[in-house]
Amino acid sequence: MSTLKPPLNAQDHIRGRPDAPIQLVEYGDYECPFCGRAHLVTNAVQRAMGDDLLFAFRNFPLTQVHPHALRAAQAAEAAALQDLFWPMHDLIFENQQFLEDEHLFRYAALVGCDLDQFAQDIDSEEVAEKVRSDFLSGARSGVNGTPTFFVNGERYDGSWEPEVLLAFLQEMRGVRELR
Amino acid sequence: MALEAGKQAPDFTLNTTPDQRVSLRDFRGRNVVLAFYPADWSPVCSDQLPIYSELLPEFRKLGAEVLGLSVDGVWCHLAFAKNRNLRFPLLADFEPKGEVARAYDAYRKGEGVSERALFVIDREGIIRWSYVSPIGVNPGADGILAALEGMQQGRQS
Repeated sequence: MSTLKPPLNAQDHIRGRPDAPIQLVEYGDYECPFCGRAHLVTNAVQRAMGDDLLFAFRNFPLTQVHPHALRAAQAAEAAALQDLFWPMHDLIFENQQFLEDEHLFRYAALVGCDLDQFAQDIDSEEVAEKVRSDFLSGARSGVNGTPTFFVNGERYDGSWEPEVLLAFLQEMRGVRELR
Repeated sequence: MALEAGKQAPDFTLNTTPDQRVSLRDFRGRNVVLAFYPADWSPVCSDQLPIYSELLPEFRKLGAEVLGLSVDGVWCHLAFAKNRNLRFPLLADFEPKGEVARAYDAYRKGEGVSERALFVIDREGIIRWSYVSPIGVNPGADGILAALEGMQQGRQS
C-alpha cells in the first residue's frame, strides 16, 4: 500500500478546514491535460463535500514530457510566497495551453502579485527547492503518473470521474462517522 | 517468478544504438536499476520511464545508473527515447528475442514481451531487490528509491 510521505504538513497548500475528516491530496503537473480535467473534478468534490474535505496540491512536473510544467509550478509557488497560491493555481489550470513566461506574469498580475517580488521569487532557489521536494515526496509516495491522488494518506487508485471519486470520499466520510 | 534478491545478476551485452553496446559488467562499482518493460510507446511505459528520467539526479546521488530494457529494436528505442526525452539508455533485448528477460525470469512467453520487472543490482553485481508489477500497472519509483536508500545505509553502518 502506497502512503503519503511526508504526511500533510505546514509546507502544503491546503484548501478547506485543516481539521476536515477527509484529506484529498493531488500530485499534479500544470501542463498535463489529465490534471487540467482533474482540476474541474477536485473543484466539484470540494463544493460537494464542503467542510468535510481538505484538499492539498503538490507539484509533480514531468519536465521532460511537459516543457512548461516546471516553470508553471514555480510560478504557483512564487505566488504562494505572497499568499496567492490558490488563485494562481486556478488561473494556471484554467489556461494551461498558455504557460509561457509572458502568460505566467500576466496571471501573477491578475491575481494581485507584486510583480517585482514575483519576478525574484520565480527564479529563487527556495521556490525551485519546494517544487523539487514535492516531486521527490511524490516519487517516494508511489506517484506513478499525474494526477495521482491520496485520500487520508493512502494512494487512491480508483477512477477520478467526479461521481466515482465523490462516492468514495462520501463513503469514507460515512465510515469515519460510524466509528 | 523473477530472479530474487541475493542472486548474481546475469551479465549481458545489448545494443543501445545501432553502433553502441552496453554490458552490465561495465557498471561494476556502481549500482544499477534494470527496468524491464513490455514495449516502447505503450501508455503505461510512456508514464513510467519519464519518471525515472526525472529522478536520474536522485538515483545518481544514491550511486545508481538506470537501464531500460524491452524487446523493441534499437531504432524504435531511439525514436521513443527522443520523443520522451529519456536521459538513460534503452537496451534492445531483440536478438535472440527476450534472451536477457528470460535470464532474469522476466519474460512472458505467450505475448513475447518482458514483464514489467524492476531489479536493483549492487556494486558487486548482486540483485538486492526485485519486483514484478502487474503488466498494466506502473510500479512508480518508490520501491527503487527505498531499495537504494537501504543499500546506502547498509554501507554507511
